[in-house]
Amino acid sequence: MKGKGPAVCVGPDIDTDLVIAGRYLRTKDHSVWVEHVFEDLDPSLAPLLKGSVIVAGKNFGCGSSREQAAVAIREAGVVAVVAPSFARIFFRNAINVGLPLIECDLTCTEGCLVAFDLTEGWVEAEGKKHTIHPLSPRMQAILSAGGLVEYWRNKR
Amino acid sequence: MATLSERILGGNAGEYVDRKVDRAYVHDGTGVLTLEAWKRIGSDRLTDTTRLSMLFDHIVPANNSTTATLQHELREFARGSFMHFTDVGCGICHQIMSEGVVLPGEVVVGADSHSCTLGAFGAFSTGVGATDMAGIWLTGETWFRVPETIGIHLSGSFTGAAEAKDLALTCVSRLGMDGATYKALEFIGSGVAGLSMDDRLVLSNLSVETGAKTGLFYADDVTVQYLARSGQVVQPQVPEPCTYVEELSIDLSEIVPVVAVPHRVDTVKPVREIAGLPVDQVFVGTCTNGRYSDLARFARIVKGKSVAVRTIVVPASKAVLAEAIRTGVLTDLVDAGCTIGTPGCGPCLGAHMGVLGEGEVCLSTANRNFKNRMGVGGIIYLGSVATAAASALEGEITEPEVCR
Ligand code: SF4
Repeated sequence: MKGKGPAVCVGPDIDTDLVIAGRYLRTKDHSVWVEHVFEDLDPSLAPLLKGSVIVAGKNFGCGSSREQAAVAIREAGVVAVVAPSFARIFFRNAINVGLPLIECDLTCTEGCLVAFDLTEGWVEAEGKKHTIHPLSPRMQAILSAGGLVEYWRNKR
Repeated sequence: MATLSERILGGNAGEYVDRKVDRAYVHDGTGVLTLEAWKRIGSDRLTDTTRLSMLFDHIVPANNSTTATLQHELREFARGSFMHFTDVGCGICHQIMSEGVVLPGEVVVGADSHSCTLGAFGAFSTGVGATDMAGIWLTGETWFRVPETIGIHLSGSFTGAAEAKDLALTCVSRLGMDGATYKALEFIGSGVAGLSMDDRLVLSNLSVETGAKTGLFYADDVTVQYLARSGQVVQPQVPEPCTYVEELSIDLSEIVPVVAVPHRVDTVKPVREIAGLPVDQVFVGTCTNGRYSDLARFARIVKGKSVAVRTIVVPASKAVLAEAIRTGVLTDLVDAGCTIGTPGCGPCLGAHMGVLGEGEVCLSTANRNFKNRMGVGGIIYLGSVATAAASALEGEITEPEVCR
């Protein structure tokens, strides 16, 4: 699985309340989450997300288990999220909704091109290639199916 | 020679294992997405429904017609599927699961991050997302990466007005907000025997604020006796020598009343350092500190006096409320000027029943003080029940007096 996009930089310990606030959760309309994604962190981020790679600090996605956070980021058109570490429930959620995550400590320059290949296990930014831990075979299978729902649909 | 997580999951730290889950629960919030994902998988199959629960707690009773319609659909589904279902007013999912449902040695998953609370019983209990849960509804199993474990050695006993919440916040500040990401915490040592089940539930509850998968206690006599009250007969778990990736020692007698200051749970200060800060609201409740012992302790401090600011008390469950009515604790709270909410999460997630206004300060007994969590521009300090009671009486953050 490969992809690339311009970097959008965010800091460390971004909790899921900041990704999508509790006041927007009670709906099944995904466009509401896309509209308000990262609103409490920085309202100017949302328009930058389509086709981008989010490059974050450590512990991205901590806090509440709300899956809407991963869905909002994916549906906003983000290609992948790169961070030195992710909170574990967010990690599972992202894979389950088909949002690629890359564990890597990148220095982020706003707008600079980030490219990755999860199968080969690398991520490249500003001409520098970093090797990354491959995901477990099960996670790769879920991700390449497009998420856990599709994974189970294919298995049936 | 294994940690409790390794024993329960049947693998070594770092291994991926597929496990049947003994209990799986969702609430009115995550249930909506779980049902949606389960439908999208396109199967009408549900695993053994005696292991599944749907517990309404987050926005109960519904705050508007959108929520009400979502809840209506979910409720009809739960009833039709014959899974364990509790409706409006029954209480917080984790609390209900702690009232004689979850047993030592079980593998438990909840579609909520504080599912780690049940680790207090010596169960491997952790949070998953809604789509994960849909897969579990279908198959009854899921995968786990067996976590490495951080051993937290507790010794001594509390002195002064310190309580389990102060210990838990101190522990979070020592480990940091991501100090235990992907790992489990195990609370061990001579200090454990003196902790009640309610104390242990507080420590396990706050484990996730360090990033941990769960926070476990070995079942002992305290666990056995607590579960016996619900008619459950269980055996203690005997610890064996094992390897921890990291160890931390805390002497309970050195714990002082603390608060977590905005907007991080791991930024903790002694109450005395910020005493005098005016508050607009005090909130007592949640899956951290909404149990009967919490309400009783709060009532003991405010009884016969009047709270100086609006004080919202939300029992964690119907059983807690019933006990508070039976013993007169509820009357003491109402007489002191407290407002009582429907058993459930209350204003913890900022959806209803006590949302904060711009710039308002709340001293809360909950577990998260993230920016805007209880309302846009609201400012949250997290503290113990005793600190909440002392602060409610003064209208400002106040160091609690010894009350045992
Ligand atoms: S009480 Fe608060 S932290 Fe606990 S489950 Fe409810 S919303 Fe979550």
